[in-house]
Amino acid sequence: MNSNIGKGSMSTASSSAAWKAGDVVPDRFPAGLRVLVVDDDPTCLMILEKMLRTCLYEVTKCNRAETALSMLRENKNGFDIVISDVHMPDMDGFKLLEHIGLEMDLPVIMMSADDGKHVVMKGVTHGACDYLIKPVRIEALKNIWQHVVRKWKNEWKDFEQSGSVEEGDRQQKQSEDADYSSSANEGNWKSSKKRKDDEDETDERDDSSTLKKPRVVWSVELHQQFVAAVNQLGIDKAVPKKILELMNVPGLTRENVASHLQKYRLYLRRLSGVSQHQNSFMSHQEETFGPLSSLNGLDLQTLAATGQLPAESLATLQAAGLGRSTAKSGVPMALVDQRNIFSFENPKLRFGEGQQQHINGNNKQINLLHGIPMTMEPKQLVGLHHTAQSIGNVNMQVTSHGAQSGQNNSLLMQMGQPQSRGHILNDATVGHAPRLLSSMGQPILSNGIAANVSTRNRIPENIRAPGYNPVSQASSMLNFPMNHASELPGNILPLGSTPGMSSLTSKGTFQEDVNSEIKGSGGFMPSYDIFNDLNQHKPQSWELQNVSMTSDASQRSNSLQGNLDLTQSVLVQQGISSGQMNGQNRSAAVVSKAMCSAGDFSEQRNAQNVNQHFNTLLVDNTIRVKSEIVADVSPANLFPDHFGQEDLMSALLKQQEGIAPAENEFDFDGYSMDNIPE
Amino acid sequence: MERNPMRRQLAVMRQSLFDQGYLDEQFVQLEELQDDANPNFVEEVVTLYYRDSARLILNVEQALERKPFDFNKLDGYMHQFKGSSSSIGAKKVKAESTLFREYCKSGNGEGCMRTFQQLKKEYATLRKKLEAYFQLARQAGPMETACHPK
Repeated sequence: MNSNIGKGSMSTASSSAAWKAGDVVPDRFPAGLRVLVVDDDPTCLMILEKMLRTCLYEVTKCNRAETALSMLRENKNGFDIVISDVHMPDMDGFKLLEHIGLEMDLPVIMMSADDGKHVVMKGVTHGACDYLIKPVRIEALKNIWQHVVRKWKNEWKDFEQSGSVEEGDRQQKQSEDADYSSSANEGNWKSSKKRKDDEDETDERDDSSTLKKPRVVWSVELHQQFVAAVNQLGIDKAVPKKILELMNVPGLTRENVASHLQKYRLYLRRLSGVSQHQNSFMSHQEETFGPLSSLNGLDLQTLAATGQLPAESLATLQAAGLGRSTAKSGVPMALVDQRNIFSFENPKLRFGEGQQQHINGNNKQINLLHGIPMTMEPKQLVGLHHTAQSIGNVNMQVTSHGAQSGQNNSLLMQMGQPQSRGHILNDATVGHAPRLLSSMGQPILSNGIAANVSTRNRIPENIRAPGYNPVSQASSMLNFPMNHASELPGNILPLGSTPGMSSLTSKGTFQEDVNSEIKGSGGFMPSYDIFNDLNQHKPQSWELQNVSMTSDASQRSNSLQGNLDLTQSVLVQQGISSGQMNGQNRSAAVVSKAMCSAGDFSEQRNAQNVNQHFNTLLVDNTIRVKSEIVADVSPANLFPDHFGQEDLMSALLKQQEGIAPAENEFDFDGYSMDNIPE
Repeated sequence: MERNPMRRQLAVMRQSLFDQGYLDEQFVQLEELQDDANPNFVEEVVTLYYRDSARLILNVEQALERKPFDFNKLDGYMHQFKGSSSSIGAKKVKAESTLFREYCKSGNGEGCMRTFQQLKKEYATLRKKLEAYFQLARQAGPMETACHPK
C-alpha cells in the first residue's frame, strides 16, 4: 500500500466508484446469514426453518415475540435479519418490529397469511423492510439477504456523507465498504452485523422504515448531550425514550435516539474490545464526524497551497489519505469522531476548548492548508492536516504564514522535510483517525483505524491528538493516533498530551499497521518510524520535528526512539519557541511512555490537558483522519475481529518498548501534559 | 423391480390429490425441502400440522357454542388455522377457512357455522388421504424427486 501513492492504490478495498455489493460480500454470502424467525405457528416455524436452512442461512427459531426480543437483546450482534409473523398471541408483530428497529436496528421482514392492503401498509409504516404473504415460498426467502446488504450500504453512505464526502471519498468509502463488509463476512457474520451494520448503520431507518426521515446530524454538542443523558440514566437503563426526554432537543425523535444509542453501544463495546456491528458504528460515526471533517479538508489545502508541502508529499498525503481512507475514510472518521465523542465526555470538551485555543494557532495552520489544493478528501485532509501540522505542516505553516503558533513554527521547522511529513501527515492523519476511531469502540473501525494508522503513522501528530484521550479507553490504538494528531496541529504537544497514551497498547498494534503500510511508501518510511514512534511514545510532532531537525530521513526511519530523543534535543536546538515543543517533547515522552503503559487512561488525562489545544485541531484532524484512516483500514481491520487491533497493539507495544527511554522516564500518570506550556 | 408398481401407485395417488384440489403447489415446496438429512420431512410437518390445528378446531368449536358469537375471536382462530393450512398446501381446507373468515367479518353466524362444518369435513378427508399416502410412501421407499402437479 505504501508504495502506492496514487489515489486509489492505497485503499485496501477494491477501488470502485460505486459501492458494489459484490465488493462487500464475500463469496460465501449470503450463506451463513443469521436469521431469527418468530412465529407462534409451529407448522410454519418448522417449514420456515427448513427453508432457511436450505438457503444455507443460520436459523434460530422462536415461537414467542418476547423470547425473540430477549434473545436479540442479549446478543445484539447475533443476528443479521429477523422474520416475524404479524399475528402472535403474546405481542403484536408490529410492536416487535418497532422494538427491534429502535433497539437493534435490524432489518425485519413481516409475514402473514393476511394480504390485505391495510396490513401490508402497516408493515411499511412500521418500518418493515419487506412483507411476505403466507404461505411463504422458498424463493421468497432466498433473497432476504438483500435487505441486510442494503442496510450496510446505506449506512456506509450515511457515513460518508456525514463527513462531507466528496466523490472521491465516496469512492474510497465504497471500496472501503467493500473491504469492510468483506472482512466482516470473512471474519464472521457477527461482525458484519450491525449493523451493523451497521455495519451498520446511518441510514438507520432508511432500510427498515419506509418513511424517510430527515437525517439527524449528530454534532459534537448533540452527542455530548446524548452521552450525558445516557450516563445520567446509566448505560444499562438508558432507553431511547428517557434519553430523548433528558436531552430535550426539539425535533429529535425517539427513533433517532434509538439508532444513535445502538451505535453508541456498539462503540462502547468496541472500546471494551468486543466487536461491534460495524454498521451501526459506521453510521454513527458519520454523524459525529460531520462537523469536524470540514477542517481537515482545509488543512490539506492550506498546506498544499502554501507550498510547504512538496507536491510529492502532498501527493503522498493525498494518496495515503485517499488510498487509505478511500474505503475507510468514512469509517475512520466516524471512528475517530466517535471516539472522541463517545469515549469520553472529556474529549469532547477538549475538543471545544482545544479547538478554541488552538484555533488561533491552528487557524494559521489551517489557512495554510487552504491554499493547498488538496485532492484528498476532507477527511483525509483532516488527517493530513493533523499530521502536517504536527509534522511538516507545522513547518509549512510556519513558514508560509509565519505567524502560526509558535508551536507550529517549531513543528514546521522540525519538520523540515515536508515530504516525509506530507506522508506522515497523510499517514498520521489517516492513521490516526482510524485508530482513534477504532478505539472508539467500533471493532471494525479500530481495526481499520489501526490499519489506517499504520499508514498514517506518518503523521504521528494525529495520533497524538491530545484531544483524543477519550479514545484511550478501548482501543488505545485509536487514541493513539488521535492524540498525536491533536498534538501536532497546534503544538508539538500532541505528542505528549496525546491521550493516545492510553492507546498505547493500541498503538503498538497501530504501529505495526503503520509500518506495514508505510513500507509501501518508501519515502514514508521515515515518517512511519516517526509515526510509530510518535504514536507510541512520543507525540508525533516530535518525530517529525526530529526528523526535520535532523533532516535525516534515515534517522527518522530508524527508530522512533531515536527520534524522540532527537526531537527533544532538536527541538531545543531549533530553538523551538513554543514551550510546547518542549513540553510536548516531554509530553511526548510521557505520552510515549503512557503509550507504553498500554493505554493508560491517566495519560489521556494529561493528554487532555495538552490536548485542549489540540483538541480543536485534533478534532478536526482526528475526525478527518479517522475517516481517512478508516478507509485505509483493511477489511480485516474493520471487522471486529479484534485481531487487527490486537496485532497493532502488540506492535505498538513492541515499538514502545523500543522507543526512546525517555518515555520511561516519564510517569504515565504523571504524564504531565500540564507541563507543556500551551 | 417390486418397488416400481408401488412407486407408480404412489405417484398416481399423489397426482390425484392435486387433481382433486386437496393439495396445491405449496405441498410441492415441502416435498422439495425433503432430503437425505430429513427423509420424512413432509410427513413430519403434516403430523405437526394436524396436532396443532386440532387445537384450533377445538377452540372454534367451543367459541361457536357460546352465543352470541365473538366474531373477532373466531376470526383470529381461523386466521391462524388458515395460515398453517396454507403452509402445508391444504387447498380445500384453506378455501373453507377463507370463507369462514368472510362470514366472521360480515357477522354472519349462520354462515360461520355452516362453513365450519364443511371445513371440518375437508380437514378430516385430507387427513385420511394423507395418512394413506404416507403409509404407501413408507412402503414404497424413498421418493426420488418431487414432481409438480400436472
